Amino acid sequence: MGVRPQVLEGIGAGYSHAVIVVLGDQGYPVSVATAFEVDVARGVVRLDPPAGMEAMLLEGRDVNVIFSHIRPLPEAGYDERRYVSVWGPLDRGTDGRLELTPEESQSWDESKVPFFQYSEITVPQAHRYLDALSGRLGRRVRPRLAFFWLALRTTRAPFLTATVIPVLLGVVAAARAGGWSLGLAALTLVGAAFIHLALNVANDVFDTMSGADPANTRPTQFSGGSRVIHYGLVSLPGAAMVSAAFYLGGIAIGLYLAWLRGFWPLFWLGVAGVIISLVYTAPPLRLVHRGVGEIAVGLGFGPIMLLGSYYVQAQRFSLEALWLSLPVGILIALVLYVNEIPDRESDAEAGKRTLPVRWSKEAVIRGFVWSTAAAYALIGMGAALRILPWPTLIALATIPLAVRVTRGIRESYEDPYALMPTMAANIKLHLFTGLLLFAGYLVSIAI
Amino acid sequence: MGALPEPVEKVLNEALVCEFTVVSREGRPITHPMIPLYDGDVIYLHSSILFSKKLEHIRANPKVSIAITDQGATHGEPLPLRVTIQGDATVHDEDPHHTWERILPRWIAKEPIVEKFYKMRVALPLFWERGLIEVIPRRIFVWDEGRTDRPPRVHEVAPQLAAPGGGSETG
Repeated sequence: MGVRPQVLEGIGAGYSHAVIVVLGDQGYPVSVATAFEVDVARGVVRLDPPAGMEAMLLEGRDVNVIFSHIRPLPEAGYDERRYVSVWGPLDRGTDGRLELTPEESQSWDESKVPFFQYSEITVPQAHRYLDALSGRLGRRVRPRLAFFWLALRTTRAPFLTATVIPVLLGVVAAARAGGWSLGLAALTLVGAAFIHLALNVANDVFDTMSGADPANTRPTQFSGGSRVIHYGLVSLPGAAMVSAAFYLGGIAIGLYLAWLRGFWPLFWLGVAGVIISLVYTAPPLRLVHRGVGEIAVGLGFGPIMLLGSYYVQAQRFSLEALWLSLPVGILIALVLYVNEIPDRESDAEAGKRTLPVRWSKEAVIRGFVWSTAAAYALIGMGAALRILPWPTLIALATIPLAVRVTRGIRESYEDPYALMPTMAANIKLHLFTGLLLFAGYLVSIAI
Repeated sequence: MGALPEPVEKVLNEALVCEFTVVSREGRPITHPMIPLYDGDVIYLHSSILFSKKLEHIRANPKVSIAITDQGATHGEPLPLRVTIQGDATVHDEDPHHTWERILPRWIAKEPIVEKFYKMRVALPLFWERGLIEVIPRRIFVWDEGRTDRPPRVHEVAPQLAAPGGGSETG
């Protein structure tokens, strides 16, 4: 058994000195630095013999040798963290130098495995440690977060913009058509938000059960789920209860609004919304596993939410509200679509065959370009056909942002961490386009 | 002046990285780069539960060593020495969420960006569940000017470490 030549080449190229470690007398390790050179062809590391250590550095003895590097940064600490630790027997070369034949190695280089990924790979070790610690202390030891942060992380509340936009647009479209109620709008927003938070937590429950979250070692701020269950911050039953509580709250508010504003249309919209949100990841349908999760999200956070919000205010449906919901639905589906790009390997492993899992890079980019073009075309055509008020054309101002997102996808497709700014920009694309549509409606009401 | 020879304390206070060696149950040395911290009596290291095998090894065998060998890994002048400190380690992890936090100010002093990350511990919660390693020094090897082609000076640290400067030098 030996280490790969690449390991030896990496040692030769990247480190200033070696540190030889052996067990000394009384069982304490002894470490001593020395100069070295690597002979890749022979698979050995040649080490200058340190003075005064002859008794410990005997021929044939197994030693540990570590090569370590950082670059100090006075304002921050340091970066360029990397190390290689190797184990193997020592021999004496013909020139008197020591020769180590590495048989095993362990290493980390943050330029190759980013720290966040390194920290995900080792999550099982953290659980093993906490289990052992719990056994030793006789009480359950869990990782913790302050309640506010735990709630924020568990529910992924910052993604609520996906709910706020369609609800606001439904209200403002109804206001332009006749009138609106602040109380009903607020209640609609809270009810829709509850369903959204329920969906977020349910998604984590089912992704943990299916193995999609544990398999993902490259999650980001925008992808890979909340991971609170995977990290042990929240138990699976606890998360299921949180999700159920939000569903119950959202459904209760929905039923109340339906009772107030005309039961059956809102009832059926609500039923559709709740079912879509559940079967999105829940077996047996698991829409997201079948390549239709993006459409489900587009429907839920587009037509269903916007038409529901509109109906609560206006007590009728309209072509205008339906039309308005389409670009919003497309853009939110694209948020999911882009966020699925970094997850595609782990998703594939868990059988979650999203569109980025099924499609090539070029097909995914084409899908994004054509979908955003369709969203903008719907806004333009809606105004041209006078279905939407003409000031909503201001939403086309986000086209440069869409171009930037397209470029970002192309450039950072293979690197989840480099893709993070693009994922953030894509969320802004939905948010800003929605807010500009909202502003267009306000202008049309004012003039 | 603390418990260790002044030049060694200076190195401990300024070094940004050390090679920390633990011994596995099979008697094999296992070494990782870590950041050494010193309070004048005891040397501290700390490890996330994500990288906690070393903590398990210490529980099985407390004999460890801390080598400071990268003379350029400081925020100031290069270190004038290389040192290896052998000692007995204890892990404090009764509350992995909080126990280690007592050495946070010393960590931030060497790695200022940690303060920002610590405030955002929600981003990487398991990283901030940590074990604190306390090392009582027993013996110190000192290589002046970092030259290991010359034998080290060896400094035995008296068992009653608390006595400042307690120890004798050989080698």
